[in-house]
Amino acid sequence: MTEKKLPLRASLAASVSRTAAALSRATGRGDGSVIGGRLGMMIDPDLLAHLAAGRRIALVSGTNGKTTTTRFTAAAVGVLGEVATNSFGANMPTGHTSALARAGATPYAVLEVDEHYLAQVLRATTPLVVALLNLSRDQLDRAKEVAMMAQLWRDALTDHPDVHVVANADDPMVVYAAAAHAAAGEGRVTWFSAGQRWREDAHVCPACGAHIERDETDEDAWRCANGDLARPVPQWTVDESGVIDPGGVRHEVKLQLPGKVNVGNAATALAVAHRFGVSPADAAPKLGEVASVAGRYAQVDRDGRNIRLLLAKNPASWLEAFDMAEEQPTLLSINARDPDGFDTSWLFDVDFAPLRGRQVLITGDRAYDLAVRLQVNDVAFTHVKTFAEAVAAVPPGRLEVIANYTAFQDIRAELDRVV
Amino acid sequence: MSSALQIVWVYPDLLSTYGDRGNMLILAHRAKLRGIPVDTLEVRSDQALPYGDIYLIGGGEDGPQALAAQRLAADRGLHRAVDRRAVVFAVCAGYQLLGNSFYAKGAKCDGLGLLDLHSDRGPTRAVGELAGDIDPALGLPMLTGFENHGGRTHLGPGVKPLAKVRAGIGNDGEHEGAWSGTVIGTYSHGPALSRNPALADLLLRWATGEENLGAADDTWHTRLRSERLGAVGLV
Repeated sequence: MTEKKLPLRASLAASVSRTAAALSRATGRGDGSVIGGRLGMMIDPDLLAHLAAGRRIALVSGTNGKTTTTRFTAAAVGVLGEVATNSFGANMPTGHTSALARAGATPYAVLEVDEHYLAQVLRATTPLVVALLNLSRDQLDRAKEVAMMAQLWRDALTDHPDVHVVANADDPMVVYAAAAHAAAGEGRVTWFSAGQRWREDAHVCPACGAHIERDETDEDAWRCANGDLARPVPQWTVDESGVIDPGGVRHEVKLQLPGKVNVGNAATALAVAHRFGVSPADAAPKLGEVASVAGRYAQVDRDGRNIRLLLAKNPASWLEAFDMAEEQPTLLSINARDPDGFDTSWLFDVDFAPLRGRQVLITGDRAYDLAVRLQVNDVAFTHVKTFAEAVAAVPPGRLEVIANYTAFQDIRAELDRVV
Repeated sequence: MSSALQIVWVYPDLLSTYGDRGNMLILAHRAKLRGIPVDTLEVRSDQALPYGDIYLIGGGEDGPQALAAQRLAADRGLHRAVDRRAVVFAVCAGYQLLGNSFYAKGAKCDGLGLLDLHSDRGPTRAVGELAGDIDPALGLPMLTGFENHGGRTHLGPGVKPLAKVRAGIGNDGEHEGAWSGTVIGTYSHGPALSRNPALADLLLRWATGEENLGAADDTWHTRLRSERLGAVGLV
């Protein structure tokens, strides 16, 4: 695709979009990942479709891990040529439009998609591959119910028989979303297994309402009591630090990003890239080059402290963050502003017991909700009013910071918008 | 039957959308602080409801709410519990299903008839901070919570409103929640007992018959309460 082939209105819209994004960055108002797309789409409502035309595209969606998996996938597909991607986590159509306009003509694009917008972005971009990671509770006061989200995905896929789906065999909600697509034709779905620590949203079969039964001998196995739905056999699996491909070949992934969950994200990226024709042996080394993702996992040295930033937005991602964090002084920060959701009740869905014995500091707009939660959880803590106070309160060495969305952005801003 | 206080969390597999585990954890924590031994039981919807001193029912989506009501109606364990004056504390979807009827997925469903009330659909979804003056007969400070529901609840003569609304919508913009005997229903998440420790203690007093539980350190609960009530201009 080249810019010249865009219809005139789309070409103008793309140009305005790029200019607005550049202005946003230059004036320090933002990273330009939304405003440009918003203006461009006002001029040409079909701008996203026009910009997508001619590119081979992968979409990545799910409640958790989509920003990191998108980054990994872009790195893996990058073996073939230039990839456009929305690397700042702006994952709605305005963000996709900005990303494609900014990138100019590229043969490939890998786009992170907010789970609510998957149907719309599928229509606009006609992707080659869609990766479906997981679905769990997130933003209680606003997000769609988990089972309803799975149904929306399932319905969206019925309109796109040609798209290849890479889906998580460990999450019953994802399997339900992809199962009809899989049943409609041979080889339409590639299943991966990346483990699923959080299971509280998958007690009940989304197809029939019966219980999901777990196997006592096989940790990963699950099936609906009525037999509607069961864990498909995954073609891609992981161990502690490697990804096993459908041919049974193990690929060591030397990731800079911590945690088992990121080995799973790596497996997903390799499976998606494989559909583009990239061999996992070629792609795996690229994943090790990713050091941080929009500030997530970034390490910053300040006043003798090595501060590491971990984002945890919902109960499932808190469990993963505890798995990643070292047993070192830990700052927890909780806000409940618009992007976070206003209801903090979910704090009681998280078991903070892994933090017992560590020096725990708490801050954020909603630190008192967290204080009550930790007290009931028998986790000792100290409340601090500012990030600087937290840094001063810990000894030299590692400080793990775990924060939800806007709290994370606040701390990232303190650290000069570290990426 | 154990001598420990039995706290039964009803159907967490269906009704546990809004941090509802928190109400069980807070009750258990506050009981232990006072030296009261506690057993907590999480009972799935395919299990029979056991004997308990306090029953907790949480919030959930329409489908699971309707299913929970059907299974509780068939089980009858909750009816027997109310007959012997066990304590029941129900939130949101759990509150609605204690009434005579409610709406789920556009259809009218039979409730358990344990509270004299019925729920229907409101013109708007009620989402946000909720606060109100609790019925003086219960001797509690102001209620604070977070509500998120599409229903409106209409009280019959057999129940009293839990609180008079000062912020938010609750049942109908005027009253919030309901109570009768030792059964309480509310739209408050937060979870409710996190923001209202005195309400947790009321449930414990009812369940143990102990008039004076002894003090608990409520520093953080108190700070949380003033912050949330302050957010709606009530302190």
